[in-house]
Amino acid sequence: MPLVKQGKMVADGYIHVADDAEIPVDGAALISAARFLADPEVLLKRSSPTGVIWPNNRDPEELVPYLDKLAVVALVFPSFRDGRAYSQARLLRERYKYKGELRATGQVLRDQFVIMLRAGFDSFEVKKDADAEAFAATVKRYTVFYQPTGDGRITALHQRMQLRHAENAR
Amino acid sequence: MYAYDEIDRTLINERVSEFRDQVKRRLAGELTEDEFKMLRLMNGVYLQLHAYMFRVAIPYGTLSSPQLRKMAHVARRYDRGYGHFTTRQNIQFNWIKLADLPDALEDLASVGIHAMQTSGNCTRNVTTDQWAGVAPGEVEDPRIWAELLRQYSTMHPEFSFLPRKFKIAITASAHDRAAIKVHDIGLRIHKNEAGETGFEVLVGGGLGRTPFIGKVIKPFVHGRDILSYVEAILRVYNQYGRRDNIYKARIKILVHELGIEKFAAEVEDEWLATRDSALTLDNEVVEDIRSRFTYPHYQKLSDTPDELTAASADPHFARWLKNSVAPHQRTGYAIVTLSLKPVGGPPGDATAEQMDAVADLADKYSFGEIRVGHEQNLALPNVARRDLPALWRQLDKLGLATPNVNLVTDIIACPGLDYCSLANTRSIPIAQELTRRFANNDLAELIGRLHINISGCINACGHHHVGHIGILGVEKNGEEFFQITIGGRADEHAVVGTLIGPAVPFAEVADVIEDIVEAYLALRARPDELFVQTVERLGVEPFKERVYATR
Repeated sequence: MPLVKQGKMVADGYIHVADDAEIPVDGAALISAARFLADPEVLLKRSSPTGVIWPNNRDPEELVPYLDKLAVVALVFPSFRDGRAYSQARLLRERYKYKGELRATGQVLRDQFVIMLRAGFDSFEVKKDADAEAFAATVKRYTVFYQPTGDGRITALHQRMQLRHAENAR
Repeated sequence: MYAYDEIDRTLINERVSEFRDQVKRRLAGELTEDEFKMLRLMNGVYLQLHAYMFRVAIPYGTLSSPQLRKMAHVARRYDRGYGHFTTRQNIQFNWIKLADLPDALEDLASVGIHAMQTSGNCTRNVTTDQWAGVAPGEVEDPRIWAELLRQYSTMHPEFSFLPRKFKIAITASAHDRAAIKVHDIGLRIHKNEAGETGFEVLVGGGLGRTPFIGKVIKPFVHGRDILSYVEAILRVYNQYGRRDNIYKARIKILVHELGIEKFAAEVEDEWLATRDSALTLDNEVVEDIRSRFTYPHYQKLSDTPDELTAASADPHFARWLKNSVAPHQRTGYAIVTLSLKPVGGPPGDATAEQMDAVADLADKYSFGEIRVGHEQNLALPNVARRDLPALWRQLDKLGLATPNVNLVTDIIACPGLDYCSLANTRSIPIAQELTRRFANNDLAELIGRLHINISGCINACGHHHVGHIGILGVEKNGEEFFQITIGGRADEHAVVGTLIGPAVPFAEVADVIEDIVEAYLALRARPDELFVQTVERLGVEPFKERVYATR
């Protein structure tokens, strides 16, 4: 499955560790939430980057004590119709100030890229190659945004106020 | 009228171009139907029994004459020459081809009309009183807030894949014409002691197979906080709303299962964490939106011009005047409802020719403005009273002056099995038969205000639960049967109607309704006791006895 990170297709440096598999001593690894929470301090002392795969029905607030040490939080879209991870993403970025990689996994399709970026995702395990290849073009599709989110894009309401102030200053 | 600026227009055009690409990918097989389905739904495209259906938004029920002409154009060019106005301030075209949809959307975009989020599990078209801005006694024009909410909810990056659809309605009048109590969020505008605008917020109303009347979650949310408060409700719903069962996924079920107190506490916690954010609406921002609603330059006119007095000698005109014309905020003006419920016609349908003609009449008599209400009628909101006789003559020729507004033949009905793939029964033929049975205007006037609502299945698009008389189609052993409820209402006293007895077959529905109406006429305490008041006073039993005694 292709990985898009910072807008580019890249090789995924992380191993998804199955629940019954041994956690490798070396090498970047993504670990399930239950396993991570069983022993978070030890796991975060691994010599390689560690990330957690966080299910969409679990409160991300539980991750707060570990956020500055986690390299990746991978949120899950079991189906693209299930939008719970958008709320988790915004909470992690905007309320809990998570700065690391925020990865979208599961049924990640081209038509969700823009809103995923706006919710705070910066890496994407994309389901189809063609969608991953279309990433750069797809995210340029929209230039107008009505809602303020943590991605910092200016909203239409504020864009209008800026225009109005500029007109008044003339 | 709200004028879209370059920013709004850009977004609509970007959306059309995205949808064009999605349709292309679907036709090329790059998108599966399952993947495409949610995308097309969010652009208003359903797959019905015979064809694709295309639902276009009429934000807060306000249309300009060029916009209505463009609807007529779409009906003519891409459909079969007519459109159907729905109960949520939308218009539907029933025979459109998938490959034509991007062009139809592009044509509509040229007049600032779109189909964004008219379906799908997202926030739908924000609706309000069709008399907004002209109704006497209104607190303020609710469309300013409806537009702020429209912008806020359009392509929301967090709430585009909610557990289920989400509907918001706003009213600013004591008499609720927007049915806010049967919406996921209902907003009633009122002022606090300091004279500042805010909202009584209701949550968890809705019809469908489990009807609920909305409950007050907060008596006053200040206008500046309304977006953050709505966001808090949506965030709680997005995380905790049920996704295991489509029939239990609406917010009303979450509110019911948690209880309003616990739900309100969850929302309050979430809100307190987000209220002081970029969602706060500065007065300046609200005023900027307000400034882009333009209002007519009304003249100083008389409420009793000579033209009106003279024409009132004609009993046909007088009847229409009494029935379809309502008072306006401004002296000398009136709000005129155009009935889309002619005898024998499908409720809410208008032909392209009618739409064009109404647009012309709006230009001539209503400052170019048309309104669409949830009762599936149109309105001209700004008619000088001296012009009423001339307007009436032209409406009458167009078949748009049936004097039955709010009367027994002003029926709300879903499309039913004639179009809809979800329906169990037909709705339109029942409505048509009832309009014939009660075609006598004297009889209809004698009966007085009486709302009949018909749904062809339990999804309740015809709002049968809140009809004074509700008719619900069900299938029994392959045959169409109808359950009848009475005593429901959708206004500020909203209540779900009560079933009067066993379902009746298709052929008997009109007889049963006639029996119910006859019972009412015999039972009412005085001529001005409305049907729904008689039911409230006596309960359903006396009606049940009359209907089932001989069956």
